[in-house]
Amino acid sequence: MSDAAVAPLLVTKPRGLAVTTERGPVRIVLIAVGVIFLALFLLLPLAAVFVEAFRAGLSAYYASITEPDAVAAIKLTLLVAAIAVPTNLIFGLAASWAIAKFDFRGKSLLNSLIDLPFSVSPVISGLIYVLLFGLQGYLGPWLQSQNIQIIFALPGLVLATIFVTFPFVARELVPLMQEQGTQDEEAALSLGASGWQTFFRVTLPNIRWALLYGVVLCNARAMGEFGAVSVVSGHIRGKTNTMPLHVEILYNEYNFAAAFAVASLLALLALVTLVIKVALEWRYADQIAASRRH
Amino acid sequence: MAGARGLALKRPSAIPGFGLALGFTLTYLSLIVLIPLAALVLKAATLGFSGFWEVVTGPRTLAALRLSFFTSLYAAAVNAFFGVIIAWVLVRYRFPGRRLFDAFVDLPFALPTAVAGIALTALYAPNGWIGSLLAPLGIKVAYTPNGILIALIFIGLPFVVRTVQPVLEEFDRELEEASATLGANRRQTVFHVILPSLLPAILTGFALALARAVGEYGSVIFIAGNIPMVSEIAPLLIVIRLEEFGYAQAAAIGTAMLMISFGILLFVHLVQAYARRRFGQ
Repeated sequence: MSDAAVAPLLVTKPRGLAVTTERGPVRIVLIAVGVIFLALFLLLPLAAVFVEAFRAGLSAYYASITEPDAVAAIKLTLLVAAIAVPTNLIFGLAASWAIAKFDFRGKSLLNSLIDLPFSVSPVISGLIYVLLFGLQGYLGPWLQSQNIQIIFALPGLVLATIFVTFPFVARELVPLMQEQGTQDEEAALSLGASGWQTFFRVTLPNIRWALLYGVVLCNARAMGEFGAVSVVSGHIRGKTNTMPLHVEILYNEYNFAAAFAVASLLALLALVTLVIKVALEWRYADQIAASRRH
Repeated sequence: MAGARGLALKRPSAIPGFGLALGFTLTYLSLIVLIPLAALVLKAATLGFSGFWEVVTGPRTLAALRLSFFTSLYAAAVNAFFGVIIAWVLVRYRFPGRRLFDAFVDLPFALPTAVAGIALTALYAPNGWIGSLLAPLGIKVAYTPNGILIALIFIGLPFVVRTVQPVLEEFDRELEEASATLGANRRQTVFHVILPSLLPAILTGFALALARAVGEYGSVIFIAGNIPMVSEIAPLLIVIRLEEFGYAQAAAIGTAMLMISFGILLFVHLVQAYARRRFGQ
């Protein structure tokens, strides 16, 4: 990894032998194609968010993110993430403990079921809860008789968010804990530590960076989720609108500057997420599970 | 996986907490994921087989499913091509800003889809930065199926790059040297030695991008124009049916989409099983 620091500002430094790399012009063309594609498809949209956000001026920007509906949306987004992320964190710890530390029947099935939410469309992730808890859903009439509202209210938003962020923590922890094995825990137990002591003093320190990595990714998705929460939210302004939904409403009202102003906050969250992610990958590469794909 | 475990549910172990951890995991998984998904299929089943078939093959649904699937396919193909080049460039070459570009590959994972959607629309609208350049050429992107393609390329790119990159990093350079020693020129080495062993990773990345794109909603609806039969994607049709209180219809379209997703995942599974046998990865 350190070779980047000493690499001169040249595109011609081959890493291997001359026969195992391409000729200079080919290299330059490939680098150009890759860089232009990334700039065009990734950097330009990001830049557009900030340019559009400040188009109407700084005071308009400030007004857009401090008006009551925007503040309510920001608070709701934080609240939903504050419930959904810790819940999935606890689940991730339990699932990875069971899968990584024990050998049992149906383990690989369980492992693939955990990834299931990633292959479900966000809209379906919201739809399933409407079918269960909506007014015409399976439990709708009973919930109404008990005066409990789930759909078009906070519980529905939280459930949909938990569903779409379900695998994040577990999928970071399972491979790492499988790699680490059980020797450390067995040593602690044989020296007289209790189960919980072993967990908190041995296992948790071993996995803390991978845990943080998973939580950061989980949080980014939780705060930014659109499709699933859109289906269960009901779009009640100032009440059940999270930030991405607030962006949609402003945008559909042709209030572009305000829409992009709120969107820029979410883009900022994405940038912070990327910075933390890269920092963790650099510093603690060996303590984060090898699998980096999502 | 160790083989014979006899009839016992689990292997004996000195580690405590199995019952608690597995019990909690299974309960949570059932409540959050399995039961709700079962409710979807159950709701779709209330239509009966012929009713389900009628909804799924209705002209508007079929057009939406077709649009979602084929646009996703094209987007995944574009991503497979450029994703391999990007992974190659990031792994094999050193150039200024490489680390930064490497980090930015994950942007579509981190950026909320609605934000991506309005940003892409602003860029590709007829008066946008890119749209205004394309308009004189007679190319319309925003509010047409082209716009959907752009959005799906955006969200799918990291899947290919991040699946191919680690395999390329691990690739044994000695194979390339051997190939060169045996008289192959560089092009032959790349196309006959390196790319074939990257193929499982490329196919996996392609399929993951495809699976994600088929269900994508947030980044698409802003740029698509959402005209029924022309630029209306399947997830949007679910939302529309839901707003009309057509719960069973929405569930039927959702079930059809789930089946498509699972088909794609099965493909990934088979590719990876093949790769393990063939290349021992």
